[in-house]
Order: sequence, then structure tokens, then C-alpha cells
Amino acid sequence: MDLTELTVHELQEKLKNKEINVSDITKAYISRIDEKEKDVQAFVTVLKEEALKKSEEVQAQFDNRENNALAGIPIGIKDNINTKGIRTTCSSKMLENFISPYNATVIEKINEENMITLGKLNMDEFAMGASTEYSYFKKTKNPWNLSRVPGGSSGGSAAAVAANMVPFALGSDTGGSIRQPAAFCGVVGLKPTYGLVSRYGLVAFASSLDQIGPITKDVKDCAILLNVIAGHDEKDTTSANIEKKDYTKALKNDVKGLKIGVPKEFLGEGINEEVKSRILEAIEEYKKLGAIVEECSLDIAKYALASYYIIACAEASSNLGRFDGIRYGYRSKNFNNIKELYKNSRSEGFGEEVKRRIILGTYVLSSGYYDAYYKKAQQVRTLVKQEFEKCFNKYDVILTPTSPTVAFEFGSKSNNPLEMYMADICTVSVNIAGVPAISIPCGVDSNGMPVGLQLIGNNFAEETILNAAYTFEQQFKFREKYKPEFKI
Amino acid sequence: MLNDYEVVIGLEVHAELSTKTKIFCSCPTTFGAEPNTQTCPVCMAMPGALPVLNEKVVEYAVKAGLATNCSISRNCKNDRKNYFYPDLPKAYQISQFDKPLCENGEIEIELENGEKKKIGITRIHIEEDAGKLNHDEFDGNCLVDLNRAGVPLIEIVSEPDLRSAKEAESYLRKIKSILEYIEVSDCKMQEGSLRADVNVSVRKKGAKEFGTRTEMKNMNSFRSIVRAIEYEAERQVQEIEKGNKISQETLRWDDVSGRTFSMRDKEDAQDYRYFPEPDLVAIRLSEEYIQNIKDNLPELPESRKERYLNEYKLSEKDARLLTASKYLSDLFEGALAICGNAKLVANWLLSDISRILNEKELEPDQIPFGEKELAKLIILIDNGTISSAIAKKVVEELFENPKDPEEIIKEKGWIQISDESAIKEVVLKVLANNEQSIIDYKAGKDRALGFLVGQAMKETKGKANPQMLNKMFLEELNK
Repeated sequence: MDLTELTVHELQEKLKNKEINVSDITKAYISRIDEKEKDVQAFVTVLKEEALKKSEEVQAQFDNRENNALAGIPIGIKDNINTKGIRTTCSSKMLENFISPYNATVIEKINEENMITLGKLNMDEFAMGASTEYSYFKKTKNPWNLSRVPGGSSGGSAAAVAANMVPFALGSDTGGSIRQPAAFCGVVGLKPTYGLVSRYGLVAFASSLDQIGPITKDVKDCAILLNVIAGHDEKDTTSANIEKKDYTKALKNDVKGLKIGVPKEFLGEGINEEVKSRILEAIEEYKKLGAIVEECSLDIAKYALASYYIIACAEASSNLGRFDGIRYGYRSKNFNNIKELYKNSRSEGFGEEVKRRIILGTYVLSSGYYDAYYKKAQQVRTLVKQEFEKCFNKYDVILTPTSPTVAFEFGSKSNNPLEMYMADICTVSVNIAGVPAISIPCGVDSNGMPVGLQLIGNNFAEETILNAAYTFEQQFKFREKYKPEFKI
Repeated sequence: MLNDYEVVIGLEVHAELSTKTKIFCSCPTTFGAEPNTQTCPVCMAMPGALPVLNEKVVEYAVKAGLATNCSISRNCKNDRKNYFYPDLPKAYQISQFDKPLCENGEIEIELENGEKKKIGITRIHIEEDAGKLNHDEFDGNCLVDLNRAGVPLIEIVSEPDLRSAKEAESYLRKIKSILEYIEVSDCKMQEGSLRADVNVSVRKKGAKEFGTRTEMKNMNSFRSIVRAIEYEAERQVQEIEKGNKISQETLRWDDVSGRTFSMRDKEDAQDYRYFPEPDLVAIRLSEEYIQNIKDNLPELPESRKERYLNEYKLSEKDARLLTASKYLSDLFEGALAICGNAKLVANWLLSDISRILNEKELEPDQIPFGEKELAKLIILIDNGTISSAIAKKVVEELFENPKDPEEIIKEKGWIQISDESAIKEVVLKVLANNEQSIIDYKAGKDRALGFLVGQAMKETKGKANPQMLNKMFLEELNK
């Protein structure tokens, strides 16, 4: 039996029944990484020795530990989450040799559970992109078809989970960066409600939109990982002070009477026909399961993309100012004064897409343009929130495709920024509104590429969307029907 | 020519708040530590670190707002001010832009002619200080010390209500005094914990429109502020008289040459791209919170002055001078509690001690001795151990070598001579040497007595008890 085929809750079961050892799991994953990483290229840093050592330590203590539910379970971490003593690069030349002096709050939580970090996962540079092609280091391949992108920006995390190189992973989602790669790679990805998970230690892209979330093999694993990372953190004042929940308890396998709204704007023009078909089939499935599905409207969504790119770029232009070559990170060798030090370090250290967004963001915040762009975008944001609120007065869940297409070929969009931005059309309004959303696989297209279904919930209604996702998953059994084939 | 013009001044005062920890992290704010020892991922701007607003900072700023009669905003926010500089690790300063914590206040200053004038406070907002750059003079490199990065500041912006360098000085003194009284800042100008940006313009007397202003940044002594304003106002008048236009720019005041210089980088050309800080939630203050601070606001200079008038029967002028500085006033009260003689303590503080402060260009908080030493000095005067002539010397000595005045007079042999036979000996000697004075006195010239006492003092190096001298001379002269 290959342990890497199993979900986390299946591993937990086997550990509980003493069928396997903690260290068996890490060993299995390391040999899987040895086998598949050369094809998939999901890791920026693999922590083989560290992981093995830690797993032996955990094994030694395992039986004496009261809280050992996740002890010894490996995990992969997106490389924009700070890990003390370990490189945290954001897949950028700027931070190529940056070793973080501190742990992100989510890493502290993972360490408290005695989980084992297998490595740091590839991403679009500073989380800006939808294909992971903008990584400074490498192009991560989609395990379903190696000539296609894994999505992004958490492409390394999604591909590693799909390729069984990690049992689950942490990603971050600013405009779809967890859900879209999860959809492209046929795995589960959740963007929690803004404020549910601490952002302390997540290298900021757009502070008002960023959230850390799980990328997992199935919905139950997603609930398990969310249990670990959710919760108030006094180091992040935007984190919500709400009661701790056990999200696994929400998985009832029952959607009878659940009210699902399907916004017509998300199934119209621009959505690939095969994607649309899988979504419509999923809707039929929900109806069969007893849910009430109705068409609704989220008219404002068409302005969400523009508003998203203004807000995200504005915040990014400021957040990335600290990468100035002074205290850490890349510093150009070529300078005669402070201005040149800044200019050359940043010109040479950042990639094209990052620079494009810094320039856009600087522009929209400039005096004379602020009102026309940034302020307007914030007004749109308020309207998007209001429109979601209206929808959630009527529906428990909003259902859309996660992405208008399945995973695309390398190079097909990377030279056309606008087309790349369109890949976020289904996901960005969720970040703008701050609400939670999950992507689960709901089938494949004629080329065998997975299609993602997005379920959006009201603020802090993770339990509702997790249950809706779980119920579909139990019925549809995607993992039993389809497996990534590493097609070339 | 200068008399045809009026100078218009506005001040932006930056005061470091004396909270124990920084504004957005829990690093200490202590001054003078080894470079970069009071830092953490937050104030070093490590990737991913987030700010958490120190509630004490809000409390202190609200105190300052209430003490300057501002209205306190119930709902405000932080904003980012973006610019690149090596002492600013995040490349933005967290400040407040369009919604400051306090607005529309005023304070009263006293003019030279004794009249009172109200000066408007536009706003008070909270922000973080930047780090410090230390230029290495040997290899031309520059070292960054981030201990100060994130130390909390309030910026107090005045209306352009000030009309002379003197007014600007008394406004700044008043602000300093208020901040000291409410104990939100130690206001040590020499350490940079109180500094001001000075905006100066001139216009023809009677003109309605303001002239174009120039700004001098980071001024940190009263003396240079006064000199800089006087210089800059005169320069502007001369330019205008020559038919030139004043350009709106940032100037650097050079204390050595006594001139202002145009700074190359024109700050006004910079676009700070302010926008709301997304890492922090809005600041919402309840009525009870504000009321509670109001109710617990410490005594302010005005009410302390009233108390001095009523309780200690000090003169209006003495009470005002004493209370102008919280440090001086606290020293007064501390010494008074020990020695019990308000008049004498006040006299010594406001005469000799203040004179020495002026001569040495020191602020009251730089007085090297404390309330115990001062009280002891007063007791020694009060009980006749030393004469006031000796006391003056003791004060001088206390500034050089602060220690128990009793020890000083013992060491120096300055104890007052009150021994009758010793005094008599001196009196007889002086009389023998000054026959003319005796004749004068007998001829009705009372002044002669003063001269004789003076001679006796000289003879005893000031140590003779003056009352006894007086008495004994009279006895001898009237024999």
C-alpha cells in the first residue's frame, strides 16, 4: 500500500490502529518526492533531512502524547509563509536567500501539533499570477498533464497535493490563488473568510484581501487543516475574535433543503462550454440530493475584476516597498548613491509581473488619480459586499465555476497580462467581499483535465460550504473516478 | 522696511510619547541603547510582520487633545504615507491623513506685553517615528539604527496664528509645558523627543492673503527656532522688496552660519500616495472612554498657577514663571514639602537658579540637583547658617558639583560667622580703617552704614551674619 495515496484522515485512522508508524509516512512522502518532483517541480525547498529527523522525534514521543491527532503528519507550505530558519523566497530573486528570523502564526500552530514540514512550495512571484509561470525559480507542471500549468499563484501547493508529494498544503488566496490552482489540479482548496486565519507572517501581497487556507485531497482533510489554522491572533488586528469551531463536525453528508443560488453572470459569456456542462451536471446532482437550486444575479460582479486589480495593486505597491535592498534581500552591486541602490535593486530583483503591478498600484494611488481609481474601486467594493449580503439573505450557498477554463498550456497567457487577469474572473469577487469559498473537483473535460466547482458562503459560514462540498464529494466520488496521469 | 510687513508662522510640533513600548510592537522605547537592539520583525519591517496599535498611544494622544481643547474623533483610522528612505524600513510611515484623532483645539499664550492670545490647533494625529542614520565619517558609509523606528509620536499642527518669533517660542513653550504636565512626553529637545517644523511667510501689514510659505524641518532648540524665524522672515522681506517671488520649498536652517539653505529634494514635489492602512482596524472610541480620560487628566499649568496664588500667596508673575515648566514647578513643590518656605524656594528658583540656566542655555529639566539639595539650601539660609551671599556661591557650586549643600559649605569653610566676639573684632577693625565713614555717618549720611557692612563682608569673605553686623555697627557708631 502506498501511504501517499491516502488522505490525512485515512492516515490518522491507520496511526490510531497502529497499522503504521509516524516515520513511515514521512519516508513514503520523501520517496514520492524523489520520484515525482523532477516532473512536477512543485518545491522551492525540500526539507528531507529535517523532516526525517523530526518524524523520528515525533515517533519517539507519539504514544505518550495526549493530543497527537496530527502529530507526524507531513505538510507542504507555500513559500510566502514565513518559516524560522528556513528560506522564505516568495519565488522571487528578491528573496532568493532570505532566511526568515520568525515563524508565521500558522506555522506556530502547525508546530504545536507536531506536524512535519516537508518543504516550501513554488508560487507566482509574490503571489502575483494565475499559472505559477511567474516564479523566478521554476515552472511547476500540472500533474494531470505536464504541458499545462497548475494554476496559481499557489500552483506548487496544489500540484504537490495532486501528485501525492504532500498529504496537504497551505496556500494563500488574494484573488483566487488557492481555489483556481485547486480546480486546475483536481484537489480541494478553501479560502476562509477574511479574518478567520491570522495573516501574521504571510508575506503581504494585498493586505485587505490575503487569506491563508488549506489545499487538500478531500473536504474532510480541508476541515481538519482549517481546525488547526483558524483562530484569533493578537498579532493580527484584522483577525476575527470568534469562537473556535470543530469544522469536521459540520460534515453531515446532507444538503436537503439547502438553498443554493446560481448567479447567471457566472455561466454566461467567457465560460468554457465543457466547464459549463460539468457545473450544470453538478447542479443536477445537488437537486437530486435535495437542495433547492435557483438562478440568481450578482450583477455587480462584472466590476469586481477591475476593482480587484486596482485595490490589490495599490496595496501591493506599498507592501512591496520594504524590499529596498537595505536590510535584507537582493541588493544590486551596481549603484553610486541611494537612489540608484533602490532603483537597481528593485529593477533587478523583481520580475516583470511584480513590477507591472507595482507600477499600476503606484499610479492609482497618485495624487490626481486617487479619486478616479482607488476611491472608486473602494466604492465598488462596498457595492459588491452589499450585493453578496442580499444574495445571502435568500441563499445559503452561491455556486459558480471556480475558473472559466480548465488548466491551460504553458505560455498561452503569460504574454498577455489581461487574459491572465481574466482567469480570476470567478474568484476575485469573493476576496473583494471577504466571504469564504471552496473549490472542489466536479469532473473532467474531454482532455481529462479537472473542472472546479466553487461554493461561496456568507461571512464565517465555512461550516455551510464545507458540508455542501462534502455532500457532493461523497456522492460524486471524484478521487475514485479520476487520477492524475502525469501525461506528457 | 521690515515694519511694513507682518510675519505669519505655523508650527508642526512632533512629540515622542513616553509609552514604555513602541506604537506597533512591544519593543521598548528607551533612548540611547546599542544600535538595533530594540527591534523585532515588526519594527524592522520583516516580510509578513504586522502592526498592532498600542492602546496607550491612543490614550496619550487623547490626553494631549483634551489638554489643548481639541474635539476628539470617535471614529478615525490610520493611513500609510509612502516614501523611500533608509531610516523608514517599511517604505511607508503609518500616520493619519484625513481623519486625525484630535481636531480644532486652541491654547492660550501670554505675549510680552502681558496680553493673552489664543492660538488655534488644527489637528493632533498619531504616527510612528523613523530610525536614525549614522554616517560613518571614515569610509563614507551610512549605518541604519532602527531603535527609534516605531517610537510613537504625536504631531500637533497649529493654525498660522503666530505673528513673531517670540510668539512662536512662547507657543512652543506652552505646548511643551502642557505635554509635560499631562505626562505624555518627556519633551527632551536635546534628545529629539520634541521637535518642530516651522512654516514661515510674510505679507504686507493689512494684507488679507497669506504669502508663500517656506518650511524648516526638525528644529530642536528654542534658540535656533527664534533665530531661524527672524532670519527667514527678513530674508523673505528682502526678496519681495527686490521684486523676487518666494518659492514654496523646504529649507535647512544652519545654526553655525545663521542662515537657511534650500534643500535639494523639494519635499513638496513628493507624492506620498496616502491610503488607509489595511493592516489596522479603525479606531473607535466610546464616550465613556473619552470621559474617563477627561476625568483623570492631571492638573494643567493654569490651575496649578491659581493654586500657587491662593495657597502660597506667590505673586502672579512668580506663579506663572514657576508653573511654566512642570519640571521647575515639581522641583518647587518637592523642596517646599521638605523645607516649608514657599517664598524662599520660589525666590531662589526664579532668581539665581533661573539666571544660571539662562547663562548656560539649559532647560529646567537639566538642573543637575534635586529637591532635597534645594530644600537643604533653603533650610541653611532660613536658620542663618549661611548668608545669601554664601548661598549664591553654594548654588553656583551645586551646578558644578551637585551634592548636599551642607557638605559643600563645610568643605569650602563657608559657614556663617555668628559668633559675637568674632563679629565684634571685625567691626572694630573695619571702623579703625574707615574713619571717614564714621564722620559721614555722624553727619547724617546713612549710606555710610551700608558701606561699612560691605567692607566687613569683604573682610570675612561673605561669611559674617549680616543682621549681626548691622546691629553691632549701629551699637558702635551710636556710642
